[in-house]
Amino acid sequence: MRRVYLDNNATTPLLPEVFEAMRPYFGERFGNASSIHHHGQETRAAVESARELVAELLGCRASEIVFTSGGTEADNLAIAGLTAPGDHVVTSRIEHHAVLHACKHLEEIGCEVTYVPVDGRGLVDPGDVRRALRPNTKLISIMMANNETGVLQPVEEIGKIAADAGVHFHTDAVQAAGKVPIDVARLGCHALSISGHKMHAPQGVGALYVRKGTRIQPLFYGGRHERSRRAGTENVPGIVAMGKAAQLAKDALDRGDDRKMAALRDRLEQGILGQVDEAGVNGAGAPRVPNTTNLHFDHIEGESIVIALDLKGLAVSTGAACSSGAIEPSHVLIAMGLRADQARASIRFSLGRQAVAEDIDFALALVPETVARLRELSPRYKRQAIST
Amino acid sequence: MSELDTIAVAMSGGVDSSTVAAMLRAEGHNVIGLTMQLWNQRRLAGHEGMPESVQGRCCSLDDVYDARRVAQHIGIPYYVVNHEERFEREVVRPFVEEYLSGRTPIPCSLCNNHLKFDQLLVVARQIGAERVATGHYARVAYDQARGRWLLKRPADHSKDQTYFLFGLTQDQLSRTLFPLGDMTKPEVRKLARQHGLALAEKPDSQEICFVPGGDYKRFIDAYLAEQGESLPDTAGELVTTSGEVLGEHTGIHNFTVGQRKGLGVATGSPLYVIRISGASKQVVVGGEEHLYSRTLRARRVNLISVNDLREPMRVAVKIRHRHEPAAALIERSGENEVLVTFDEPQRAITPGQAAVFYDGEIVVGGGWIA
Repeated sequence: MRRVYLDNNATTPLLPEVFEAMRPYFGERFGNASSIHHHGQETRAAVESARELVAELLGCRASEIVFTSGGTEADNLAIAGLTAPGDHVVTSRIEHHAVLHACKHLEEIGCEVTYVPVDGRGLVDPGDVRRALRPNTKLISIMMANNETGVLQPVEEIGKIAADAGVHFHTDAVQAAGKVPIDVARLGCHALSISGHKMHAPQGVGALYVRKGTRIQPLFYGGRHERSRRAGTENVPGIVAMGKAAQLAKDALDRGDDRKMAALRDRLEQGILGQVDEAGVNGAGAPRVPNTTNLHFDHIEGESIVIALDLKGLAVSTGAACSSGAIEPSHVLIAMGLRADQARASIRFSLGRQAVAEDIDFALALVPETVARLRELSPRYKRQAIST
Repeated sequence: MSELDTIAVAMSGGVDSSTVAAMLRAEGHNVIGLTMQLWNQRRLAGHEGMPESVQGRCCSLDDVYDARRVAQHIGIPYYVVNHEERFEREVVRPFVEEYLSGRTPIPCSLCNNHLKFDQLLVVARQIGAERVATGHYARVAYDQARGRWLLKRPADHSKDQTYFLFGLTQDQLSRTLFPLGDMTKPEVRKLARQHGLALAEKPDSQEICFVPGGDYKRFIDAYLAEQGESLPDTAGELVTTSGEVLGEHTGIHNFTVGQRKGLGVATGSPLYVIRISGASKQVVVGGEEHLYSRTLRARRVNLISVNDLREPMRVAVKIRHRHEPAAALIERSGENEVLVTFDEPQRAITPGQAAVFYDGEIVVGGGWIA
């Protein structure tokens, strides 16, 4: 069966060049990057080259990059590492659980957290962030791009607010890295999280940018790796891959590939909406990353669409999977004011750099007919049809 | 393969439904595994004396894990579908409300009627499976002469689950497969072993899936506390069948008809709960002889083997899951209501339970005891 993967906000396939770059570090180049001998020097060089490549993607110094096990660890390191009991933190209701649950934990250990709302387009109002500040506010954590809707938040303005208030600013840029240009100086952030596997590197590696001079408490205790900010022997193949992926992402952005991706995404979005009634874009009217569209198809369960499409070869997703793998209504869409049933009727399509026009054709051939079939069999839709 | 060959299997993570999936797969059907996420076991953990760590069976991560591993082992696509909201609305709330009004509910039947054979069938059809198979011990067959789908008792009467399935409609039955209907439990376990299923020896589940340890009173307290409604005061008088007040009781939901222990009174002869009055909050107790009764009214009746009860009909009626069907006459006594008159008085006919009518192996229909 032909399979088309449009769930790149969940994870992306490893690019062949990235795999080639990391391959030697599974084999002949196995040294511990902290070792003083030849083998260690070889892998140390690879780690530092990768650090430079990641720094180039973000517009920062190599020494400001801390490699982690992924986006979640980067978020946790920023949030736990820049706060202490008694502090106040400002974040938003639409953050990834890596941020939200880290903030919940802060509340348990004696911090106060303000969760600012979003408007119907999924945008945080910087004014809300400013008004939430208190004398004991130590950290603002607002994501750069939302994982479900792709909506880009006004992080530059929030960075200015943080600077004016003398408060640390962290942004979770996991879904932005590689999709839109990032320049940490323009953002004015003190910390910024990225994840390897959302940008065509493998799962298990990520990074946190920490602005020079920003004191951060480590999460782990151990050796003095990563300038004592992240103990633990480096994941050399992962880090090398992350460096290569960052380089490829930067090249692609420099070439303007993001505009091509946006064109594909727009064709998908318009094509579906042209054929399906009672559907719309979640996050319409807001700036978005070029690869994501989140659509609501009223009167049906998103869960059923995802399963039906998967059985026909198209991989998309809805909401956030809970521990059993069942789907819970998205906290992001609920925060945007969607009713629970609309939130459950929403599907996220997210393209990767491997996407080609034929993938969009495939989706356009499948989605409208699948939605039509589901509605035909939905008791809710039938009731609606009778009552109107 | 055509869509008619596609069968969704409702997989609970137990040996029965797992074996069904393996059997159908081996027969060459296009099988899709589905598990319904119905209740979050951690939701009430630690509330009002509920255990902190729950070993409940329904939708526990362990069961989902087991179901998923079976699906991977036999090579079928597998999905978990979330029906927690509907389960709470159609099963959990009515369960609590029934107890609070002095009845003894059967959540499994409600779940079958409103979730497993309703919502799951919808999802199955939406994703391309016209039929759903489950691990229930029952049989379903089309009767040409009557032009109706029949629900029948399974070969293994000791595992008979038709009592919980009396609410199935003709449309639901026409889309349902019970592949274990002709098998005994040991045969199912043997087949599970033959298919290499790691859970072949997994113990059967017994209790109500969302009530850990079977302590429904604690569950009701915890649920109401969580819902922010204080427990409606259902305390009242404990009276004898002749009207003598023996004392106070703690709440009608703590009692069930036929109960002997925990009445809080000591008398010379053994006392049983005879009746519970939701309106007056009275619990009526008396000697065992008062427990027997010859008639009951079944409401919200669903008929399966017949279209209508135009004339009284001789059947055997089962009034609780572990009850040997007893000979009785059933006759229509109102809209969707049937009067059951037993040949011999039956012990502890309990409002809230189901009365299911059998004609030999065939389920005629059933309703809820008023």
